[in-house]
Amino acid sequence: MNAQASVTAKPSGAKRAVRFVLPVIVFAAGLLAWELVVRIKDIPPYVLPAPSVIFVTLIKDWSVLSQSLAATLLTTLEGFVAASIGGIALALLFNQSKWVEASLFPYAVVLQVTPVIAIAPLLLIYLEQQTAVVVCAFIVAFFPVLSNTTLGLNSVDRNLAGLFQLYGASPQQTLRFLKLPAALPYILGGLRIAGGLSLIGAVVAEIAAGTAGAGSGLAYRIAESGYRLNIPRMFAALLLLSLAGIVIYGVLALVSHLVLRRWHESALGKDN
Amino acid sequence: MSSVQTSAGVEAGLTALAVSLRGVTKTYDNGVLALGPLDLAVRKGEFISLLGPSGCGKSTALRLIAELSAPSSGIVRLARREGKVQPSLVQPGHGIGFVFQEPTLMPWTSVRENVRLPLKLAGVPKAEARARADEALASVGLADFADAFPRELSGGMKMRVSLARALVTDPDILLMDEPFAALDEITRFRLNDDLLALWRRLGKTVIFVTHSVFESVYLSQRVVVMTARPGRIQADFRIETVEPRGEEFRTSVAYSDYCRKVSAALAPSYAGQSTL
Repeated sequence: MNAQASVTAKPSGAKRAVRFVLPVIVFAAGLLAWELVVRIKDIPPYVLPAPSVIFVTLIKDWSVLSQSLAATLLTTLEGFVAASIGGIALALLFNQSKWVEASLFPYAVVLQVTPVIAIAPLLLIYLEQQTAVVVCAFIVAFFPVLSNTTLGLNSVDRNLAGLFQLYGASPQQTLRFLKLPAALPYILGGLRIAGGLSLIGAVVAEIAAGTAGAGSGLAYRIAESGYRLNIPRMFAALLLLSLAGIVIYGVLALVSHLVLRRWHESALGKDN
Repeated sequence: MSSVQTSAGVEAGLTALAVSLRGVTKTYDNGVLALGPLDLAVRKGEFISLLGPSGCGKSTALRLIAELSAPSSGIVRLARREGKVQPSLVQPGHGIGFVFQEPTLMPWTSVRENVRLPLKLAGVPKAEARARADEALASVGLADFADAFPRELSGGMKMRVSLARALVTDPDILLMDEPFAALDEITRFRLNDDLLALWRRLGKTVIFVTHSVFESVYLSQRVVVMTARPGRIQADFRIETVEPRGEEFRTSVAYSDYCRKVSAALAPSYAGQSTL
């Protein structure tokens, strides 16, 4: 195994390096061009701050921004956990009873297709601000979990299901030993999408909550800095949001890979 | 299903039978008659092949015997193991082992766990179940692969795992649904020989579905040729030769004679399909 891996490692390693290095070069070139344009044209920072100014602002305002980052991440996490549990639980319920699925599925779709930015103001009226923000994150994130889990539970191999039937498996055994493991790759795929979406939901709700002031998330910082024409801080907050999204995606992708690496096609190398 | 009261005489005759189908039909939900009426009696310890064109209902017949689906009419009877059964010898799957056309393994767990599954579902204690799983794996020559994952095995090895899983419950009847159809010829021959060796050693009743004339004649004591849909019995051959069978039977004149006769009986089943 190891010998094989080292033989194939060379070309794929080089390829991987290229895939990693190229975007970095593009990114660096973009930053450089940006910096140069701002300096040569002498653009004031309240119109377009140079990357160096943004970086300095990030460090200077770190105490404010880091608190906001923590607030947004907490909201995202709460929304994500609620969406994961809710989506999987509802999918299991749908899987047990066709009637429940028929009665509730349309509403799940309605919830999904109605833009959350339009629901957020209403939620803010009826719910406490922090709760409303989490609920928004939940609404946006739960549908991919629900639909992916449902798909996974319905994708069980027919013969394996027959085998469980032949050996007299109880519904609980079938769920635990057959349906959930078979659905796992789909569930993890849903969670990967939900992670990014719950961040979006949290940001949207924070912006809708906006002027209320109590919320101190990153999106609120962006809105606030916009009113104050503190453009460098807007960019710094945006940078942090973007990084948070990348990290969330990366962590979930890693978890998915670790869980599936021994058996699922998606986690296997092309050479296997 | 047991609505028909059987007389004592019939009952006595049935004890020698492992499986009996009487007037069994199966109609799909869309109204297509897939099978029957079919009458079939399989003696205990017999190796019988169901041979027929694709879609003739061979697999449906197996599913009916395994009680994976219910017949639309007719009676399916299985002989239960008589006498006292040791409590530790739990027999899940009501005495039936099923080998599907595909290996049908759970990709997310090890070979040993796959083989242990029927015992796990029946609540057999883990240590005992693992020991029996390892024993079953050894009987198909895969003792060293218990910790491997299915994807790490070749097609033939996966099929062996599937066979081990069917044997782990020590069933009386082994149902096999074109198990070797997807394998290359050399692997198939080896598995045929290994299956025959297992059958001689364990004395199970085997019902083997195939569309290969050569495989059916080589393996079975009895070849039942079925018609195109709806599947009925076209002919019933007894294959008699010196046991144990091996390579000399496969190359003998008697073997090719049987193959010719069985092919001739099978030909009408394909008559309407010449344009395919």
